[in-house]
Amino acid sequence: MAHVSHADLGGTTGHGPIVNEPEGERFHADWEPRVLAMTLAMGGTGLWNIDMSRAARESLPTYARLTYYEIWFEGLLKLMVAQGLVADDELQAGRSLHGARVLPRKLYAADVPAVLAKGAATERPATTPARFEVGDRVRMHAGEVPHHTRLPRYVRGHRGVVERVHGAHVFADAHATGRGEMPHWLYTVTFDARDLWPDASADARVSIDAWEPYMERA
Amino acid sequence: MSAGHHHDHDHSELSPMELRVRALETVLGEKGYVDPAALDVLIDTYQSKVGPRNGAHVVARAWSDPAYKQWLLRDGSAAIASLGFQGRQGEHMVVLENTPAQHHMVVCTLCSCYPWPVLGLPPTWYKSAPYRSRAVRDPRGVLAEFGVALPEGTSIRVWDSTAEVRYLVLPMRPDGTDGLDEDELAALVTRDSMIGTGLALTPPARAR
Repeated sequence: MAHVSHADLGGTTGHGPIVNEPEGERFHADWEPRVLAMTLAMGGTGLWNIDMSRAARESLPTYARLTYYEIWFEGLLKLMVAQGLVADDELQAGRSLHGARVLPRKLYAADVPAVLAKGAATERPATTPARFEVGDRVRMHAGEVPHHTRLPRYVRGHRGVVERVHGAHVFADAHATGRGEMPHWLYTVTFDARDLWPDASADARVSIDAWEPYMERA
Repeated sequence: MSAGHHHDHDHSELSPMELRVRALETVLGEKGYVDPAALDVLIDTYQSKVGPRNGAHVVARAWSDPAYKQWLLRDGSAAIASLGFQGRQGEHMVVLENTPAQHHMVVCTLCSCYPWPVLGLPPTWYKSAPYRSRAVRDPRGVLAEFGVALPEGTSIRVWDSTAEVRYLVLPMRPDGTDGLDEDELAALVTRDSMIGTGLALTPPARAR
């Protein structure tokens, strides 16, 4: 089945005003922190990675109608059902009805601070020289990408300039689709906002962080 | 509330979403997939420990110590970690210095990427379609909505966090703050000023 992302929103219109909120506001319902915690804890089992989580959320057909933590909940549920960890009848019943799978890892309370402090760095030793350097002009891949990607639609086919070189990083497109880490060089590429949209703000430049396979020399 | 399904009285006030979340949490606990105490530690961490006061501390240090500021701009991850802030969603930090010539603003148009160790969890607007769609196309309009009008001649630089690099804006130090210590300076540093949708406060106003 073709992968369709409903989350690629840069430059789209008609979403209404921005509603600010005070710094101290964290959650808007009691269940939201539970979803955050379950997502982080299940992410710690090693059954999927962060890119698979993003792919599961962003391809939800109901994405645009759901609130943020509803998206997280449905994304988590989708991953768990796909892995046979829970079944719909269990969610209906509110209790376990089938046997449990043995998990590769489990996140225990005592380990949480260390696990969060360690994080999950994505930089890897480079095995090839970087194809591009700061100042190079590049053209971004045009057209559809048939799987999870971090190449936003709004830059596809556009020319930009390499502004930073970040080293080789785990390639999200491969990582999300079960093809392993496949590290590639990562660059910050800048665009004149008016080149992307004629009605964009004046005197504004926009950048994305792009892996090498997203671009070619312009 | 779904029909044909009995809920005891305690649950009658709960929304369908609350019930689904409770159901999943119960199943995960019964199957032994999660340690219930781990969930509580995770929530406590992001509800009460990690938040934008961390980033404000980093900014105040940079305003007070030129050598630290140079380090922060050269190697954000290491300089920030030296103050005790590191890890998940802050593994690869880049700090962007606002100047009279250039104003930086950070967005994640694809999801909600945000530097958790220094800013905590993102506010709802940062994760929502209005900001994510317009920050890249109409940053001046977005800033106006946040009450920020940049002086003539200030260019805008928007950073879309499309990979695992996380960006923190170093706002300009306000005038009239010469005698302030780091704690007093940190109180002027708002969350929005470190995303680039706001400016640092001028004394005697204080961050919330």
